[in-house]
Amino acid sequence: MEERRITKIAKAGSVESNDILIMMSPGEGSLEVEIESVVYKQFGDSIRKVILDTLAEEGIKDAKVIAKDKGALDFTIRARVKTCIKRGIENEL
Amino acid sequence: MSYRTLLFIPGNNPGMLLNSDILGADAYIIDLEDAVAINEKDSARILVKEYINTFDRNADVFIRINPLDSPYFYEDLDVVKDLNVKGIVLPKASIESMEALDIYLDENNIDFKIIGLIETAMGLELSLEILSKSKKVIGVLLGAEDLTLDLGAKRTKKSDEIRYARSRIIAVSKALQIEAIDTPWTDTDDYEGLKIDTLNAKDLGMTGKALISPRHVDIVNEIFSPSKEELEYAVRVMEAVKSAREKGLGAFSLDGKMVDLPIIKRAVNLLKMGGVYKEECDGLLK
Repeated sequence: MEERRITKIAKAGSVESNDILIMMSPGEGSLEVEIESVVYKQFGDSIRKVILDTLAEEGIKDAKVIAKDKGALDFTIRARVKTCIKRGIENEL
Repeated sequence: MSYRTLLFIPGNNPGMLLNSDILGADAYIIDLEDAVAINEKDSARILVKEYINTFDRNADVFIRINPLDSPYFYEDLDVVKDLNVKGIVLPKASIESMEALDIYLDENNIDFKIIGLIETAMGLELSLEILSKSKKVIGVLLGAEDLTLDLGAKRTKKSDEIRYARSRIIAVSKALQIEAIDTPWTDTDDYEGLKIDTLNAKDLGMTGKALISPRHVDIVNEIFSPSKEELEYAVRVMEAVKSAREKGLGAFSLDGKMVDLPIIKRAVNLLKMGGVYKEECDGLLK
């Protein structure tokens, strides 16, 4: 996918159980991912990988991402990241 | 297949989506309409897509999209059309919306089934025409909460105010040979009320019930399942029909009662509901 840019602050998801809250803002030339999770020790790397893979699939190379995880599975993480990107790009219009 | 239970699952709730397939319902209706806040429609669509594309499911899944008169009807369809689901629940079904959905599915070569949700006074009165608009319609669902609002009627647990609506929906469903699905019981903790309400609906002719609580699944499944005695009687009816046909008898009796076509059809329906219907029975209906 061609490169796309996050131009505004956006968020998606929630801090309910099984969900993840993703907040995204324009980056400073690279991807920066900050994760807060009750299972960070066990799954922090895995959550980071899903977020980074989804960003790459969606053509995002420059963004700051903050994730507050409440036990979300991969499908939820992917969905919330995609929604956040859509909102961060749509806000530009 | 006849659905005894169709359980609504909020489309923007990952936990409920994740657990939905183990709750025991015959089918699930993932909701993009009332269960999703206006500012979360986009989020729900994406979550449902990721969920459906990630997991295999045992039960059939329908998606309740937003109505034609909302800005989300086609946005929902554009996402749902590529998903491996059984079909669509069309809210506030009208002639216009049923035609629009039918055209959309045809133009995109999508083999989805449709359940029409009748929940307005106009929809109820035009239900035969609405549901006849698409050959993809396999069922009609009565939405009593919105309907009674439209009628200016008080919604009560006795449900006298929807007796006409139930009967009308059932008559139309039988005329079109589609499933008649009753409105959900909205008091999640009143199990006795649920039983009475479901039995009333079943006795009128409903073939299944939509649910909003997973805790209602077992009760409703049991009510819409034929009893052991009913199944045994149905099997005996079909055996008697077979025997009568072999003897060249047109009319015959069983347990001292005449067996005619309505009784045979009722036996067939019971066998189908019990999951023990055999294709060879088809020949006996002619």
